[in-house]
Amino acid sequence: MLFQLGDDAKLLAGGQSLIPLMKLRFANPTHLVDLNFISGTSFIREDKGTLRFGSLTRHAEIENSAIVAKVPILHDCAAGIADVQVRNRGTIGGSLAEADPSGDWAVVLSTLATEVRCLGKHGERAVDLQDFIKDAYTTDLAHNELVSEIVIKMPAKGSGGAYLAFKRAAPVYPTASAAVQLTLDGNVCVEAAIALGCVGLTAIKAGDAEAALRGQSISEKTLSAAAEAARAAADPQSDMRGSADYKRTLVGALVRRAIDIAVRRARGGRVEVSHIYA
Amino acid sequence: MPDAIAKVTLKVTVNGKLHALDVEPRMLLVEMLREQLDLTGTHVGCDTTYCGACTVLMNGAAVKSCTMFAVQAEGAEITTVEGLEKDGQMHPIQKAFGDAYGLQCGYCTPGLMLSTLQLLSTDKQPDEKAMRKAIAGNTCRCTGYQNILKAMQFAAQNMKGA
Repeated sequence: MLFQLGDDAKLLAGGQSLIPLMKLRFANPTHLVDLNFISGTSFIREDKGTLRFGSLTRHAEIENSAIVAKVPILHDCAAGIADVQVRNRGTIGGSLAEADPSGDWAVVLSTLATEVRCLGKHGERAVDLQDFIKDAYTTDLAHNELVSEIVIKMPAKGSGGAYLAFKRAAPVYPTASAAVQLTLDGNVCVEAAIALGCVGLTAIKAGDAEAALRGQSISEKTLSAAAEAARAAADPQSDMRGSADYKRTLVGALVRRAIDIAVRRARGGRVEVSHIYA
Repeated sequence: MPDAIAKVTLKVTVNGKLHALDVEPRMLLVEMLREQLDLTGTHVGCDTTYCGACTVLMNGAAVKSCTMFAVQAEGAEITTVEGLEKDGQMHPIQKAFGDAYGLQCGYCTPGLMLSTLQLLSTDKQPDEKAMRKAIAGNTCRCTGYQNILKAMQFAAQNMKGA
């Protein structure tokens, strides 16, 4: 259908971003193609060391999934998005395709090996998440393609993660957020992935913060070094949610807390995370 | 102005009654409920997906009816605040909001009651954390929420064994 309608057509997934944008006339598509009635687009499957999500899987379904509970960082994300009503409608595929700079999924999935399956006229292609999101509101999707599936590699044993978002109230986007997924061998961090949200035009992979942990023993000193590197990697803008300085400080503190929780989880601890309201 | 938009027929069950309605595809669910069916208990507060005054249940799940097109409810079962009472008897949740003084101006109340209904349909004895989480998408500018939480507790008690 998209091939016939041309590039003025837009796909409607959960609609929790697109419909508000249309009301504000920021989006004004000539045609809207509702994906919600296509069966088989909502599923969560564990398959040969991967987790597969249908693109129209709702945040609430992910929040309540027993399979997802095995990867706590995914549960942190799904359970913390907006409010019950939005989670009942909003979808993981829609969130990635929207590529809002403040969206949660892109931040969390940047810390896991994530592949976005894009379906078009000539079949399906797999795009690494890092290549999928190009810029704010811009993805690698062609106008006649859609996200069909999100495939995530299951984290290794001894790996733990956490996602923390700081929000002024449930329904709003976070002021800043941090995702950490790390693997421990004893007290030594052998692998670390750190991503920052709402402090740049896309999720920011904080490579220096990761390097500050990798190969190091977990201590106050390494935590501080990683948080400091995360602050340096952030590129926030001042807006109604806070000044650039404030967000930079905030994201450092979130990274520090997220590392602490990720470490406890990697050691087998059960830590419940709730997003922080100002 | 754009040309008149062709209407489509929508079949939807609202509060147990099946309706066949002609609606413009761009019509929001909340507009359909209020303007086509005169069910004005569902309120429009912010119209920006924030306040939750327009919350209704679709197939048992709370949704913001200002952030869905009416045509997306095709084949669905919608419950609005008008669907809560049965045979002239208030629903236990409605009774609880009155008994606990869980409302003042009342504008947010229909949405809050439907969010409460979704919660209590899956969690019969929610703790305070679960209750707060359930209504995080419903804004009340009068009560300060304390009496709403009390009302939700009363409602859980009222519905015990139901």
